[in-house]
Amino acid sequence: MRISRRILAGLATASLAVTATSCGGGGTSGSFDDTVTVGILHSLSGTMAISESTLVDTEKMAIEEINAAGGVTVGGKSYKIEYIVEDGASDWPTFAEKSKKLIDQDGVPVVFGGWTSASRKAMLPVYESKDAFLYYPIQYEAQECSNNIFYTGATPNQQSEPATDFMYKRSPAAGGDFFLVGSDYVFPRTSNTITKAQVKQLGGKVVGEDYLPLGNTEVAPIISKIKKALPDGGIIINTLNGDQNVAFFKQIQDAGITPSSGYYVMNYSIAEEEISTIGPEFLEGHYGAWNYMMSIDTPASKKFAASFKKRWGSDRVVADPQESAYNMVYLWKQAVEDAGTFDDNAVREALVGQKFDAPQGPVEVMPNHHLSQTVRIGEINAEGGFTILEETGVVLPQAWNQKHPSSKGFACDWTDPSKGEKYKL
Amino acid sequence: MELLLDSLFNGVAIGSVLLVAALGLAIVFGLMGVINLAHGELMMLGAYTTYVTQLIFKLPILKPFYNSYIIVSIFLAFIVSGVVGILLEKTIIRKLYGSPLETLLATWGVSLILQQFVRSVPLAYGTGLVISLLIGLFLPTTFPSKIKESINFKYFKFSSWIFAALTGVLTGSIISSSVSKLSRASARNVDVTAPSWMRGQVEIIGNAFPKTRLMIIIITLISVIAITLFLNQSAWGMRIRAVTQNRQMSDCLGISTEKVDIITFGIGSGLAGVAGVAVSLLGSVGPNVGGNYIVGCFMVVVLGGVGNLLGTVLASFGIGIMTDLIGAGRLLSIWPDMPLPLSNTINFFATTSMARVMIFALIVIFLQFKPTGLFPQKGRMVEN
Repeated sequence: MRISRRILAGLATASLAVTATSCGGGGTSGSFDDTVTVGILHSLSGTMAISESTLVDTEKMAIEEINAAGGVTVGGKSYKIEYIVEDGASDWPTFAEKSKKLIDQDGVPVVFGGWTSASRKAMLPVYESKDAFLYYPIQYEAQECSNNIFYTGATPNQQSEPATDFMYKRSPAAGGDFFLVGSDYVFPRTSNTITKAQVKQLGGKVVGEDYLPLGNTEVAPIISKIKKALPDGGIIINTLNGDQNVAFFKQIQDAGITPSSGYYVMNYSIAEEEISTIGPEFLEGHYGAWNYMMSIDTPASKKFAASFKKRWGSDRVVADPQESAYNMVYLWKQAVEDAGTFDDNAVREALVGQKFDAPQGPVEVMPNHHLSQTVRIGEINAEGGFTILEETGVVLPQAWNQKHPSSKGFACDWTDPSKGEKYKL
Repeated sequence: MELLLDSLFNGVAIGSVLLVAALGLAIVFGLMGVINLAHGELMMLGAYTTYVTQLIFKLPILKPFYNSYIIVSIFLAFIVSGVVGILLEKTIIRKLYGSPLETLLATWGVSLILQQFVRSVPLAYGTGLVISLLIGLFLPTTFPSKIKESINFKYFKFSSWIFAALTGVLTGSIISSSVSKLSRASARNVDVTAPSWMRGQVEIIGNAFPKTRLMIIIITLISVIAITLFLNQSAWGMRIRAVTQNRQMSDCLGISTEKVDIITFGIGSGLAGVAGVAVSLLGSVGPNVGGNYIVGCFMVVVLGGVGNLLGTVLASFGIGIMTDLIGAGRLLSIWPDMPLPLSNTINFFATTSMARVMIFALIVIFLQFKPTGLFPQKGRMVEN
């Protein structure tokens, strides 16, 4: 009896501690007129936690920076930003459930959240039915344009298209044949459909394509297919997911598929964080394409990396998804101040056209709720970073891809009521 | 001919990974009939052992022997997973013999605990804990029988556990202070890098063959031979086979079935650890690494015929070769001008995901006709 009471007491304290941490956010400071609470919703447990927790760290840092600079000023009053962090637990229905909780129970004006397309697709109906607003920071396959989501990651024409162009025209394997490898889910398949159409336009040839089921690390059949399809080297486009990259690069290096024998891999999901996990010795000489790379040599980029290291530890790195997460917090702040209210609909209108000097360079919110961004192609070096080889000018986002057969000729414009989500160009 | 050879090589490479992973299960599930869902996590422990060994061999004292760390880790992984397996048997599984559903749930629970353990406990202290277990379980058995029979033995046992705990804490803190990577808990996947002599490829009959694959085949081969010899030639092997065939009769004839159970389970778990070393050479090491293999392991054991090692061997190589034939679309190159609908079908299945679907479908069909697998157990299984 006594023991069970003690356990109960322990449980109660534990649950109190949980509530306390989940409602915490920032310290108290006297110089603000009021506070505003925003929602942060990423996976803090489960398979995606490794990646998504870096976004939570970045968003917290951006909020702290804004607070230190005087908070958000709306209607002459200064607001301190506080946040509620919720755990999506790498489980897509949980993302929808927690979104409902943040909107209905906590009444937050905005939610920063998501990573996988699956989590976004699960949350989408919630935000649309409640007319709330989600900020989503990851490069993705596009083919979506919601009035209630604001996408700060790259669309395919801001990442994979310039990358394919580079590989076919200017890489050491220029003019070579393509082999496409990816994990078996929506992003790689959509991205590869676009790549195939683009390679055809360029006059090149895709000689093979294979998908590894999620969780599978047996690459031997893919290696023999690559060797058969590309006997003398060529271009490999890789859209594998996190861990599977380790198996892939270990095994292709052992099988002699390396840059020195003429095989060049272009990666769409490997950033600085992943390079340090896989090991630069397996990746050196291959390529990556992103909007932000830690090696960008500008004061804004250096400041971003330095403040992140200062806040979270000197061994931490910053990468493209984190930069997108950082930008979206600042863009929201600017839009709120312009609108003069936290009201969703007013902020949405004020958001389009917002400009921000991001770590990657200037970005601007377009009428299709995506960002105009700079695209960079980098070669992975022995130090675990990218040596930037090319930089495009600012590229406008295409929510509906112009190379994908199902969306060719369509666009999205939320500023014009007669156009909206998908209209014919 | 070249094509056939190519396919054979690839099939053996894929099959040997399946075989080494399934071998431990063939013993635990095949001989003892225990559905051990924590088998994958015992593999994971073996993989983490490789990682820890690798880091310890990077210390200045052991640096000259760095190239041999992978050999050492095979033995260590066997011991680590074996000890954890024995603990598992002594505490949980022993109470659940003859109730498969409960065993299934309990071992699944254990697998979750082990996954969370490597996520939230620094590996240095994990190593310390395993060392404590090792000493605590085995030190009392080394006492001379005179002491064992005396009434004071339980004090000896108790003090040896205290000694074990102290040694464990000590090794834990030594490792954590000398290898910083092991001193913090991390849910992040880690990486085992093969020593330089194992990287690259070798030429075998005109075929370039990755050295890591060759290493896995060698590990598999040695494990299979060793386990066959043990089961068929040694006295304990004979006792294990006796208990498998008729538990009560063996018990009557004076075989300690309790000991046999511990040894069988320990060896099966130890082999899972060895498999962990092998898979750590192929991919990354993380808490979920075992879960990726467990279904394949059960498939191999069921297809081969429960309780038959030869069946397990043939089943894994069979699945390996089929995976390569279907997944790499080799049938097309054997018969290039086959009719269009057929070649389209083959092309459709010539991706890794579809090959998997096809293999599972074929196995299901096969089991319809031979429900007991390739080599069904002959004779009477007295235990029900």
